[in-house]
Amino acid sequence: MSEAGQLSQRQPLPVGSAGKLSTGWWGILALIVTEASLFGYLLFAYFYLASQTEQSWPPEGLPALLVPTVNTAILLASSAGVWAAERYVRQGRRQSSIAGLVAAIALGSSFVVIQLLEWRDKSYGITSDLYGSLYFTITGFHMCHVVIGLGILMLLLVWTLLGYFDGRRHAAITIGGAYWHFVDIVWLFVFSALYVSPYLIK
Amino acid sequence: MAIADITQRPINDDLDRVPDFGRAPSGSDIEANLTGIWETAPGWRGWLSTVDHKTIGLRYIVTAFLFLLIGGIEALIMRVQLAGPDLTLLTPEQYSQLFTMHGVTMIFLYALPILSGFSNYLWPLLLGSRDMAFPRLNALSYWIFLFAGIFMYVSFPLGQAPNAGWFNYVPFSGPIYNTGPNIDVFALGMVLLGISTTVGSVNFVVTLFRMRAPGMTINRVPILVWGTLTASVANLLAIPAISLAFFLLWLDRQFGTHFFDVANDGKPLLWQHLFWIFGHPWVYAIVLPAMGIVSDALPTFCRRPLVGYTAVALATMATMLIGFEVWIHHMFATGLPAVALSIFGAASMVISIPSAVAVFAWIATIWLGRPVFKTPFLFFAGFVILFVIGGMSGVMTAAVPLDWQLNDTYFIVAHLHYVLLGINVFPVVGGIYYWFPKFTGRMMSERIGKWSFWVMFTGFNVGFFPMHLAGLLGMPRRIYTYSSRMGWDGVNMITSVGSFLFALGVLIFLVNVVISLKRGALAGPNPWDAATLEWTTSSPPPAYNFAVIPTVASRHPLWEDRLEEDSGDNRARSNFTEGYLLTKGRETIGTSPIDAKPVAILKMPDDSYTPFFSGLFLSLLFAGLLLHWWSFTAGMAIAGGITLIIWMWPQKALVQRIAAGRGP
Ligand code: HEM
Repeated sequence: MSEAGQLSQRQPLPVGSAGKLSTGWWGILALIVTEASLFGYLLFAYFYLASQTEQSWPPEGLPALLVPTVNTAILLASSAGVWAAERYVRQGRRQSSIAGLVAAIALGSSFVVIQLLEWRDKSYGITSDLYGSLYFTITGFHMCHVVIGLGILMLLLVWTLLGYFDGRRHAAITIGGAYWHFVDIVWLFVFSALYVSPYLIK
Repeated sequence: MAIADITQRPINDDLDRVPDFGRAPSGSDIEANLTGIWETAPGWRGWLSTVDHKTIGLRYIVTAFLFLLIGGIEALIMRVQLAGPDLTLLTPEQYSQLFTMHGVTMIFLYALPILSGFSNYLWPLLLGSRDMAFPRLNALSYWIFLFAGIFMYVSFPLGQAPNAGWFNYVPFSGPIYNTGPNIDVFALGMVLLGISTTVGSVNFVVTLFRMRAPGMTINRVPILVWGTLTASVANLLAIPAISLAFFLLWLDRQFGTHFFDVANDGKPLLWQHLFWIFGHPWVYAIVLPAMGIVSDALPTFCRRPLVGYTAVALATMATMLIGFEVWIHHMFATGLPAVALSIFGAASMVISIPSAVAVFAWIATIWLGRPVFKTPFLFFAGFVILFVIGGMSGVMTAAVPLDWQLNDTYFIVAHLHYVLLGINVFPVVGGIYYWFPKFTGRMMSERIGKWSFWVMFTGFNVGFFPMHLAGLLGMPRRIYTYSSRMGWDGVNMITSVGSFLFALGVLIFLVNVVISLKRGALAGPNPWDAATLEWTTSSPPPAYNFAVIPTVASRHPLWEDRLEEDSGDNRARSNFTEGYLLTKGRETIGTSPIDAKPVAILKMPDDSYTPFFSGLFLSLLFAGLLLHWWSFTAGMAIAGGITLIIWMWPQKALVQRIAAGRGP
């Protein structure tokens, strides 16, 4: 009988999706790695093409910062809502957890709306020039992620309302939450590249 | 922290349990019970819904092999066209489509999927688990692979197959020079296939870190596992590059964006960067697991453990690390700055070091062992020889000046076939000979086996070695014919003859498979007297793999009586008869990533239709994109979304949600 077997056979083990011991948690981390690479390559394409071009960059002049900055703050705040929702469910406070999710969904949706307005106000489109192609493809990719993330948050909300989770069983919130945090953090990179970097690299 | 939590809680509720520990002799109730729990329903229902990694693995192997045959037939047609000067069997356009589809089929639809097949089948058996970490994801990845393969062939019968070579350089593949649907099929098909590969890779990575038998510490896992793990990590990082490149190209072609559009400041070189950032790691992804097959199976026939386990495991990972740095070497001829060229040229040379480590390990294993010349051994030994030849021509092209001379000649074609056939096809065929008894319960014929090897090996060298000469004589690749004044007639005729001889060898192998399936000798659990865990199960293994989860104490669990490798504690022995039973539904044990201590009882999902339907809807969505049927596309997105929601819905059986009535 080997050591590993002897040690463990008397010990109780958690069953199934136990938080960060759940297989899904590992799965979402792997997914985040590959998604992060995707955004890495998008930004690589952006900087590569920007460095190769002869025209002034961005061709339409420096982007206005106020609205996007506020929007960034809104998106980050939604992450806090998800974070709180997970803490509350762990403490068994279902109502507060629901509130956290609702707040996150509201903030995330506002981000989408403001971003759509921002798109509408641009003087260029996805086909008008190289910069337009890059800008709309990159923010479009991110927008897709936000929309999918919102779908996930809504599912989590439904499941919480149905009383599926309690202080010990809530891996779905941990996992779905991780995805949302990723979507928010990656926006910081997109934001820095598209809005801030033109001010720094002239 | 998890451990501390557990001890404070009441035990044996539905969230914590002391797993049953004991024996399950064959014929016991426990075995019957496990069979009931794990077996797939018969008939088409089970066929569409199974998540058994063994079934999925075999499906992968069979499907990928079919693609190998299709790609092979395309190659033979090309070789007929090139057998003599000025032949007119094919038009130039047909020739372009054939070499493109041949390359695409071999590289994307055969070479990696077949290895995924081996790994899917073998991993849980090698690791002592009852399934992969995500059985349903596993099924999904197979279905998408199948659909993506079909997708990439839809335009073939119309004479509009992809035609810009497997690396599909812009601007030739762009909207101006290539107006048909050819490239769009390729582009969307590659994005679809990328999804399959990605979910498959996630599954492998998580399985390695979670699903090993207790005691199988990280330094005891078989090399095949290292190979597939390295490939999977690389895929996670590299696949997005190619998917993005193809997606951007599709946007350029269909919507008029400007990423590769020179007239509007787009840069064709962006394509080359994105493609080779992916392409080079990919080349290693399709060889490292195959090298793993050899590292694990060769020792069985040398009657001794692999020499230099640690060195080979580290070399596997080092190869990939360097592989990520050398993508530039495919672009030596593009006019990059000289310093960059020198650095990347040097890195390309460095990469031969870890490869050499592996080669010397295999040679030493054969040298120090007592080789048994069975068919699989012949294939593995043949592989070592081809690897050395392919490696030599590789180092030659890593020299920048030589590359300028040889770039786009048949020398490259020769090199790439030595590498791909040598390092992929030979180990794969050898691996099938080796594991066939485990797959089917029957041995393959040795006599036919030896014939198949010698015919394949001879045919291969006769066919492909002269290509080096054709290259040195200046014959460019991708030409549909040549004039006899060039002096290439002889080498080409020999190459064509050799190709057909090689194909004959493959045919003999297939005949062997068919005959042995029916009439092969019964194998028993461990016909080769091998050392690893898969050989403790019956052949073929039961649906649940292991009635008791084995406990592992060394790298060679079945050879422990013979080897005293754990010199520190000689009494430690692996245990296959007594261990965790886990019979409350589909369950297996989850262990910690490094030292494989049990940390959780994992609930495994039942068979399910959701993977099939998610895969189907996703593939139809891509068809909609191809045809610009936007409302159809939207419908498929919704259908796919609903399927995923059903899939993800927390289940009580999996303890993903609390039981009714408990807690607020
Ligand atoms: C019977 C076996 C095979 C024969 C006779 C064969 C023959 C050929 C021929 C004639 C070409 C076209 C060369 C040109 O015109 O430039 C070619 C290209 C190629 N082959 Fe094979 N091949 C075989 C097996 C394989 C296998 C097993 C693989 C990969 C695992 C493979 C990968 C490729 C690739 C990647 C190309 C380059 C396609 C391109 O230029 O885009 N081949 N092969």
